[in-house]
Amino acid sequence: MELCDRTASELARLLQKREVSSREITESVFRRMDEREEKINAYITRTRELALKLADQADRRYRHNESLSPLDGIPVAFKDILCTKGIRTTCGSLMLRDYIPPYDATAVEKVLKAGAVLVGKTNMDEFAMGSSTENSAFGPTRNPLDPERVAGGSSGGSAAAVAAGEAIVALGSDTGGSIRLPAAFCGIAGIKPTYGRISRYGLVSYASSLDQVGVLGKSVEDCALMLGIVSGHDKKDATSAHTKTPDFLRSLNKGLKGLRIGLPKEYFVEGLDPGIKERIMAAVSLLEDNGVHIVEISLPHTPYAVATYYLIATAEASSNLARYDGVKFGFRTRENVTDSIMMYELTRSRGLGKEVKRRIMLGTYVLSAGYYDAYYLKAQQVRALIKADFDKAFEEVDCMVTPVSPCLPFRIGEKITEPLQMYLVDIYTASLNLSGLPGMSINCGTIKGLPAGMQIIGKAFDEETVLRVAYGYEKSIYR
Amino acid sequence: MDFDVIIGFETHVELKTDSKLFCDCPVDYDALPNTLICPVCTGQPGALPVLNKKAVEYTVRAGLALKCTVNRLSRFARKNYFYPDLPKGYQISQYDKPFCEEGRLEITSGDGQPYAVGIKRVHLEEDAGKLVHSSDSFEASEFSLVDYNRSCVPLLEIVTDHEKNPLRSTLEARAYLEKLRQTLRYIEVSDCNMEKGQLRCDVNISLRPKGSKAYGNRSEIKNMASFKAIGEALEYEIARQRGIIEGGGEIFQETRLFDEAKHLTLPMRSKEDAPDYRYFPDPDLLEIELPDDFVDNIRRSMPELPDQSVDRLVGQYNLPKEDALLLTRDKRVAGYFSACALFVQDRQRLSRWIIKDLFRLLKKSSLSIAQCPVPPEGFSELVNAVTRDEITEKMGRQVLEEMFERGVSAGSVIAEKDLKPIRDLKTLERLVDEVIAENLQVTAKIREGSTKPMDYLIGQVMKKTRGKANPKELAKLIQEKLLG
Ligand SMILES: [Zn+2]
Repeated sequence: MELCDRTASELARLLQKREVSSREITESVFRRMDEREEKINAYITRTRELALKLADQADRRYRHNESLSPLDGIPVAFKDILCTKGIRTTCGSLMLRDYIPPYDATAVEKVLKAGAVLVGKTNMDEFAMGSSTENSAFGPTRNPLDPERVAGGSSGGSAAAVAAGEAIVALGSDTGGSIRLPAAFCGIAGIKPTYGRISRYGLVSYASSLDQVGVLGKSVEDCALMLGIVSGHDKKDATSAHTKTPDFLRSLNKGLKGLRIGLPKEYFVEGLDPGIKERIMAAVSLLEDNGVHIVEISLPHTPYAVATYYLIATAEASSNLARYDGVKFGFRTRENVTDSIMMYELTRSRGLGKEVKRRIMLGTYVLSAGYYDAYYLKAQQVRALIKADFDKAFEEVDCMVTPVSPCLPFRIGEKITEPLQMYLVDIYTASLNLSGLPGMSINCGTIKGLPAGMQIIGKAFDEETVLRVAYGYEKSIYR
Repeated sequence: MDFDVIIGFETHVELKTDSKLFCDCPVDYDALPNTLICPVCTGQPGALPVLNKKAVEYTVRAGLALKCTVNRLSRFARKNYFYPDLPKGYQISQYDKPFCEEGRLEITSGDGQPYAVGIKRVHLEEDAGKLVHSSDSFEASEFSLVDYNRSCVPLLEIVTDHEKNPLRSTLEARAYLEKLRQTLRYIEVSDCNMEKGQLRCDVNISLRPKGSKAYGNRSEIKNMASFKAIGEALEYEIARQRGIIEGGGEIFQETRLFDEAKHLTLPMRSKEDAPDYRYFPDPDLLEIELPDDFVDNIRRSMPELPDQSVDRLVGQYNLPKEDALLLTRDKRVAGYFSACALFVQDRQRLSRWIIKDLFRLLKKSSLSIAQCPVPPEGFSELVNAVTRDEITEKMGRQVLEEMFERGVSAGSVIAEKDLKPIRDLKTLERLVDEVIAENLQVTAKIREGSTKPMDYLIGQVMKKTRGKANPKELAKLIQEKLLG
């Protein structure tokens, strides 16, 4: 096994014992990139020189017994939607192809302060709008398990990089399922914590009330490790919560016995791939064998989640993306313009991709005078109902288990011309962004070589139970 | 036809907080372009706003001074539109839940009666950047540059009520704006310097036949920043609308621009072209709940308001109301007066000296009271010297001028110029004798019973004393000498 295929937790132990160096790990990661990037395209920007420098610094710290954290010297990748000072941050868009942020996102700052080695910025659907990482101005990311298929999206680059050993752990963002779906499609673990758990400062906004930074790793333990480092209140983000960050690693070993796990019946209906359903039910039996009580529950407003999600997300996006106007930064049309309106029109027509423009137009419509009440306001009301569904169900259970996606990784190009089909991929994930609840995706087996993902949903700010169930399941599988 | 005029004001006032509304950048109007900027106020991708508590405090203070209801729950909304000075493509403003609503501001109406102008709302928003054109206008310029120093500076918007006690004339409009500016300066939330763009107005006007209940269509004139422009624009617009209605025409709802050079308003856009701002609650900022004690603390620490200041000057110092009004126009003058009043017993004399003499000197040298070179203690010393007849009023004025120009004390000017009045009777008698001897013809007339030349003789003695004698005393002396 190559170093780059190991988990962060294993590598941290090896580094601590000085059995490997950060440089060796980092070189292993870049070797893997050299072998596979041409095919997979997980990265938009690779930072080899910086990484080797950071690795050497980490090694020096280990030599002096001054390591900063368990993440010290571990190669990480950031989704290219997180601002990195001095390193271009493109959001997968032509609009920001040459944009170099003057500041670091808070999550980025925390990971770098922990001593992690930045190896690059990963590919994504443009401005996180998509479920397949095909909507990138830098070409699609391919699934490392089957390069004919998509890696899922929008954090497809981060998921593919971790799955392929091109990074050990990665940061992503999740607005409607953008961490959980690619984690499921690439067969790794990924968690979107509660809204407010991780600062959004420096996370380029798609839909502010839904966006949340999250982590991807090969194991549940890696996710817990990384989550502990990036969580916490940030005074630069008014929506970040004033909640103490628990010791996520310690919560892993609390066992499964006595936990009540709900299966929302609305998540196991027509449209769900029978193979995925089978794998989930098998996982549920395994959990039951380990002392978990399974309870059937109901989330009656589930059928409205995707529509509600797309109304709110596009409305917020139409406003959030107005700043890409060619005036201050980013792309500006080189064509001759006669006035500023023409400059805006040409800049935005050329600089933004098709799906982004589709969503901006949808959102503009949703907020327009005369339609606001019927769409935006109504969507906010439904959002409250969806949240109330969860509140009620959580009176009976400690967490829930559902599929991550209704389908297995699909072929590149298969759904790209069918936006509605693509939108339905978020059917099991979007509710959590609407309600702000934490959700984790872990692998629960394969079907003809393609991975199936299981989602574990927790109460607000109860990532501990989510991680505990995920870890308990992972352990029982490997036993 | 007789018309009712209804005028509405949307006044924007830049708050003088130390830092901007949603970031830590300092607020400073004289800094070099783009030196007070950061990721937040330039709208960098990923940057987020964090509310400045001080700006909320100032807003609530303004709301309370305008007798508004302070809403327990309020929130910010995004106003979406494209303009090069607007870095995010939207302005963070308030829409359905402003901080303050339903207040009033008392002015003196055209007929001299008090009138409580209705205030619809007071809300908080961020200012935009400033465009600097390479030529006179945006359209004619080859290029324009943007200075983001002003971007995100807290802006207070005060909107008058259309239905409840609206403004009814240009005179009332002016009185309202003056009183508003005075009030905001009193509560120290803004300097309201119109030349620096710290106070700007959108004004709307509509006419309706006298007695009618229905409102006419209104035109709005955008972005005016001087009393003169507002007055002219209102007069023009009232006359224009009157002319159209009397000619059987119709007024359309539209936005107009005031051309200061040509003294007229021009159409800018019609109602149909009015932009749809697509307001919605800003998801980056949570709803704000103002705790009772936060509002109570602001209420308790509220500085004196202009009307209270007038009442105090009348009540405490027995000043005529006209004097009190003049002294309180600028809070700092009222403060100057109060500081002097600690040392001066004759407050009416003090008030007159400030209003007549100090104001004249300040005006002549274009200084504000804050820049006055004569401190209250020095000014008091001078007024007291006059009161005690140590110097004459006329000399007092000369002394004040010296004090003002050279920044010296009254005592030292009096000593240095040898201005102390001549009180020694022998000296005065000697001078009177001299004058009588020099003016025998005139004295003869007085002896014959004419009183007229008296003043002339007094003047002659005054000349010899270089103004240092008391004229009343001299009159007595001369009379004694001539008439026994
Ligand atoms: Zn700033």
